[in-house]
Amino acid sequence: MNQDIVVKVENVFKSFKTVKAVNGLSFEIKAGQFLALLGPNGAGKTTMVEMIEGIQQPDSGQIHIGGKEWKHHSKEIHQFIGLSLQETRFIDKLTVRETLNVFAGLYSLNKKRVNEVIEIVSLEEKQNAYVVNLSGGQRQRLALGISVINYPKLLLLDEPTTGLDPNARREVWHILQKMKNESNISLLLTTHYMEEAEQLCDNIIILDHGKILQEGTLDKLIEANGGKEIIEVTFKEIISGDFPILDSKLYHFDWDNTAQKLVLKLNDVDAGLKMFMAAIEQKNLKLSSFVSRKTTLDDLFISLTGRHLHE
Amino acid sequence: MNRHFDLRQFWVLTVMHFKELIREPAVLFWGIVFPVLMSLGLGIAFSKTADSQRNIAVVDIVKGQFSHDSISAFPSIYNHFYKKSIPQKSVQFSFSIRNKKLGNTVFNFSHLSWEDAIRKLKRGEINLIVSKERETFQYYFDPANPDAQNSYMKLSQILNLKNIAELKRDENVSVLSLPGTRYVDFLIPGLTAMGIMMSIMWGLSYGIIEKRSNKLLRRMIATPMKKHYFILSLFAVRIAMNLVESVILVLFAMLVFHITIQGSIIALFAVFIAGNIAFGGLVIFVSSRTSKTETGNGLINLVVMPMMMMSGIFFSYHNFPDIVVTILKYLPLTMLADSMRSIFIEGAGLMQVSSTIIILSFSGFILFIAGLKMFKWY
Repeated sequence: MNQDIVVKVENVFKSFKTVKAVNGLSFEIKAGQFLALLGPNGAGKTTMVEMIEGIQQPDSGQIHIGGKEWKHHSKEIHQFIGLSLQETRFIDKLTVRETLNVFAGLYSLNKKRVNEVIEIVSLEEKQNAYVVNLSGGQRQRLALGISVINYPKLLLLDEPTTGLDPNARREVWHILQKMKNESNISLLLTTHYMEEAEQLCDNIIILDHGKILQEGTLDKLIEANGGKEIIEVTFKEIISGDFPILDSKLYHFDWDNTAQKLVLKLNDVDAGLKMFMAAIEQKNLKLSSFVSRKTTLDDLFISLTGRHLHE
Repeated sequence: MNRHFDLRQFWVLTVMHFKELIREPAVLFWGIVFPVLMSLGLGIAFSKTADSQRNIAVVDIVKGQFSHDSISAFPSIYNHFYKKSIPQKSVQFSFSIRNKKLGNTVFNFSHLSWEDAIRKLKRGEINLIVSKERETFQYYFDPANPDAQNSYMKLSQILNLKNIAELKRDENVSVLSLPGTRYVDFLIPGLTAMGIMMSIMWGLSYGIIEKRSNKLLRRMIATPMKKHYFILSLFAVRIAMNLVESVILVLFAMLVFHITIQGSIIALFAVFIAGNIAFGGLVIFVSSRTSKTETGNGLINLVVMPMMMMSGIFFSYHNFPDIVVTILKYLPLTMLADSMRSIFIEGAGLMQVSSTIIILSFSGFILFIAGLKMFKWY
């Protein structure tokens, strides 16, 4: 096995009664790589992560973590991974430091590591506060601190910022980005926030119904779906039937006849837009409105499934 | 993984459970203050021979049927007690029989219609109705009610006596006040046993179920933590807490009620540990699966309530039918309470309670293993 690959998932299936939660997934995570599993609720993200965590067993397929399998090397894998579950509640009347001390003790680590972790997750001011008195963001930072306490090579974070306000969410991202810059840690993140995947991850896997819809870098995914810029235009004229100009190499568009709206996707704004404007000029069409924005993962998800991510 | 590492895990978990426990003020109240208050209340209530009140209705016509044989019992009872005629229009009177050894008995008679008497009986204001037919007193009461039975025995005895003064004779009664023979001597070992059961059953089940539903158990087993350490450390903290609670209760009872431990302290400690193991195993087994506190409460109540009521904590279970007693004797709380009592008041030593120690420890151990096997961590 390639030393650089920290997780290798091969053709994994998992069903619960009649639901196929994970339906033949294969992917890998390299050292230092941050990967996002993105998808709506019920897409199979958590089940996949739980199988990597060793909490669930795949019905079939192989999962190697650091080249090892849960069945034979659970002790080594426990040391290899760090994780944060959705909505874990730690003991209310223990302080942040005491909670970290417990987990440090379970890994046979000393107080020096606890100090380091408190600094990593910026909880210096709250280290002597009871968990019950922490805000949602602080609790999540504590959970993150616990997940990195054992110097894991692979971090598994299951929706680490769900339910947090935008500021608290950014604080968590900042900590993770800092870790990425300063260490060779790998991350598998599940999220249904597009922005989170965009901010943190090199690679994104879009899941739906337990299957991979698309995977790759954000740029690659976006380009594959028409371009990174989206321009929405409407016209003064009423246009019936097909839109009177054709796709070009520089842009691709979708015409919504009912809404009388054109959605243009393009990568090279300068060349593409000039060409498009020339084409509509030629047809004598006049713009009524013009909106330009960046393509998001939600746009991607809509173009892949016809549904929004949050539906 | 070396031995030192294992001890460290156990230690951090024990410290965690200990801090969690002592930082909850309710624990101190329910674990220490409440049992002491209960023993104080019950001990005082049963150690002082207060006046016993016997409220009795006297009727002329029974069940609405007028009988020619009926004669008014009321003046005749008055006459029996006071040896004179009842003042006119009088509808109630009391008579007190004083006795230093047995305590005073106060009879309160009310002259009522049958309907009023029945209403008062339903409300528990009286428990005996008396009428007089053909010169004979008739008594109406529920024999299943011991208090009513007692009223009947006392009143019928008096009404059959020519001279009431005879009742005051009590040379043949000797009051047992030696340590070990009083009700409070019976009560304190039982309360201690019940305290152990309650603390272990509620404390451990709550600690486990809450952490399961908060997904903390699941998070913790994602570390190299040894699973049984988690439960054993929780258990160790509870035993320590129980020891403090029990010692405080017993010291309090020694100070206030002058109870003594006549048997072996070592045997008492061994029984204490065995009781903790038995209930510890039982609660691990009972709370091994559920993640809902409501279900957990129901299950613990199901186990705890019958023992609380039938293990002879407050009153002897020997009043149940023989076949039931045979079963009750082997309930863990009965075994624990009986053996603690035998040490406290009969002077039992390790040998006399050894079978209890073995049965309690062994059954606790088996239940613990079974509970751990089916334990749901997430």
